[in-house]
Amino acid sequence: MSEGIGVGHALPIGGEGRQSVGWWGVMCLIATEGALFAYLLFAYFYAAVNADTPWPPSGPPDLKIASLNTVILISTSGTLWLSEHDLERNRIRRSRLWLLATIVLGVIFVSLQLVEWSNKDFTPTSHTYGSLFFIITGTHLAHVCVGIVALAFMLVWTLLHYFDAERHNVFTVGALYWHFVDVVWLFIFSSLYLLPNLGLTHGG
Amino acid sequence: MQTPRLERVPRFASPQDVAGLEARLERLFEPTHGLRAWLGTVDHKKLGVLYIVTAFVFLLAGGIEALVLRVQLAFPSQRLLSPEAYNQLFTMHGMTMIFLYSLPVLSGIAIYVWPLMLGARDLAFPRLNALTYWTYLFSGLFLYSTLPIGLSPNAGWFNYVPLSAQPYNPGPGIDVFALGMVLLGFSTTGSSINFIATLARLRAPGMSINRMPILVWGTVTASVGNLFMLPAVSLCFFLLHLDRNYGMHVYSGYGGGPLLWQHIFWFFGHPWVYALVLPAMGIASDGLPTFCRRPLVGYTFVALSTVATMMIGYGVWTHHMFATGLSPMANSLIGAASITIAIPSAIGVFAWIATIWTGRPVITTAFLHFAAMIFLFVAGGVTGVMTAAVALDWQLHDTYFVVAHLHYVLLGINLFPVLGGIYYWFPKMSGRMLDETLGKIGFWLSFIGFNIAFFPMHLLGLLGMPRRIYTYETGLGWDRINLVITVGAFLLALGIAVFLFNVARSLRHGRVAGNDPWGGGSLEWSTTSPPPAYNFAVIPFVASRHPLWENALDEGPQRSVVRRGFVLDAGKETAGTTLLDGMPYTIVRIADETYVPLALAVAITLFFVALLFKALWIAAACIIAMIALTGAWMWPRAELGQRRAVRHE
Repeated sequence: MSEGIGVGHALPIGGEGRQSVGWWGVMCLIATEGALFAYLLFAYFYAAVNADTPWPPSGPPDLKIASLNTVILISTSGTLWLSEHDLERNRIRRSRLWLLATIVLGVIFVSLQLVEWSNKDFTPTSHTYGSLFFIITGTHLAHVCVGIVALAFMLVWTLLHYFDAERHNVFTVGALYWHFVDVVWLFIFSSLYLLPNLGLTHGG
Repeated sequence: MQTPRLERVPRFASPQDVAGLEARLERLFEPTHGLRAWLGTVDHKKLGVLYIVTAFVFLLAGGIEALVLRVQLAFPSQRLLSPEAYNQLFTMHGMTMIFLYSLPVLSGIAIYVWPLMLGARDLAFPRLNALTYWTYLFSGLFLYSTLPIGLSPNAGWFNYVPLSAQPYNPGPGIDVFALGMVLLGFSTTGSSINFIATLARLRAPGMSINRMPILVWGTVTASVGNLFMLPAVSLCFFLLHLDRNYGMHVYSGYGGGPLLWQHIFWFFGHPWVYALVLPAMGIASDGLPTFCRRPLVGYTFVALSTVATMMIGYGVWTHHMFATGLSPMANSLIGAASITIAIPSAIGVFAWIATIWTGRPVITTAFLHFAAMIFLFVAGGVTGVMTAAVALDWQLHDTYFVVAHLHYVLLGINLFPVLGGIYYWFPKMSGRMLDETLGKIGFWLSFIGFNIAFFPMHLLGLLGMPRRIYTYETGLGWDRINLVITVGAFLLALGIAVFLFNVARSLRHGRVAGNDPWGGGSLEWSTTSPPPAYNFAVIPFVASRHPLWENALDEGPQRSVVRRGFVLDAGKETAGTTLLDGMPYTIVRIADETYVPLALAVAITLFFVALLFKALWIAAACIIAMIALTGAWMWPRAELGQRRAVRHE
């Protein structure tokens, strides 16, 4: 019977992508982190609905920097995809450049986010909206920073020639996490920036 | 240098055909001995034992706290404990039992038993397994750190704001609780991820998902549930910490407020109850058939009702909040959903009863514990349905009736099956049998003591005694019942003491068990007791749900193969299989012993200690250490198949 279920075939050692246990680990991490952001947004909307003062208190947030940052962050998913794409075709040098570009754009996102923070006319201690605004964007910012550190390690490892077309699973699962951080931002941007500007405010 | 091969055809043979196989595996899987081997271990058997022992130490701590509370309440108007000391003790008791005992003990049993049941040589992430153990241990010590100086958390295990908010509760206890829960959350999340990845890839070839033991179903259901519920508890405690220490207004001011805490907390808290019982029900579902000498009745229904319970469990969190003035529509819907849980629960109960009814029960100590679970689950379930009725809940809310209900459920479906599971698997873990006479004495003491302690609490609740009061006046009709409860609590404690004595004695003097003392049907009974470091010399092939019972059951022509299988000895390896069918898919490499998980756990814990003291520079230094250690951990290794050894362009 054992012959019937695949004895005698070559099996990959470790495996790539979904074959690997690492892929499952990162997908679980993404699920639990996704839930974390869902609870953060739940707290935001719960407070928005229950507030008996205008929400957001100082009117809809300005979209300029946040929109630019959204474009930047989405483009990092593109550059990272290109990096992996080149790696899968053994174009290692180009892969490194795209990865470096991803890191640079990530750092620009963080910097612009800090500018955005300093432009606010409220602080985390001003009111519930202020607390939640800074906690939600801050939690995301922390995830971007973790992602940048992960990408930096991945860059070191590609410089050390660890990865090639056949073997780059560490790269693959690291990239998955970065894409997740990008996608989460779209939910945050929609909830904290777009909805108030579309007139879905409360009490004001 | 040579490039490691990317793929290989694993040899299929019996251990006798491979010269020196067992000695080679022994060297690979157990390279060191002594203290070093424990601190740096990634072996699921060592870590499982550490988990179980640590959880039982916390069980004793929480039990002693409960006994002190019961002495205080034995007679009216006692002054053994001050109100503040009483508040701290009941908070520590609840926190210890619910967070530091109930789930970790189930994780420990699953960590030990899973790979043996699944025909694997370890979990999917052995180093993560070590990390989650050390963070569990350190978070427990962290949560207990202020007990000796009398500044423990004191607002109950669900820690409602504003009682736990800074203006009303300025001491360090609540911050210790808040940060400790976030730290413990890392541990529980990590172990959940480990179980899911192990289930997805590490089952023996041929073990399709309809052939997995029910314990595996229970643990993985709890783990998937944990992934989605744990961020809620970590978040609500973290937000509280920010409110208390950095002047934020999540739970105060416009919009936030106390009910936000209750929503987020119970969105975690209710599914958590199922995470504490579903794996334990799995223990009974796998143990009972062995002692009834027949397969579990209704395997598919039990497996599916396990999953269904967790899913419905996500939709019932506000039944803890019926008294908070939510809309009647919300209360009705959640009340109805809560009552629905009776259906999957009843499926489990009837499956167990039918298994006993149609089997030939062997009345061992383990069997008694599993049978007691059925009885206590029914009793606790009925009071659960009662409190799911909104109108009745308004009457019973915050009385001893609820205390009775939750203890029937949590001790009934956690402690009793856990003790049964230890009687069942202790021979596998230690190679020796627990004493049956002592076991039965211990069982009856704890079973009778439990019911004397907790059944009268229903009456006390109906008589109106609120929970969490440090004393009461005489003449309210509560005096005699409280004394009876205290006597019962000490009987229960005596039963546990007999159990511990039995364990200590049997470790040295117990009868030698042999591979399969109970005539079990699952793979763990095919290896030696205790198992070798590598579990299986060759990876078995599974053809049915009960690989060791096939000849007795004679359900079909297929036979599992446990004496021959994949050899896998080119390093620390085990077989990777596909998610649904369990077809051979990959060769999974297992990490070597390392101190990195222990060091990382120390760094994470120091980070939380620094946050507690608001020493932000030390916290920053800890972050740098965490990055360095994570980098060392994740550094791609050729022996794990993550990179080529060296590549020249």
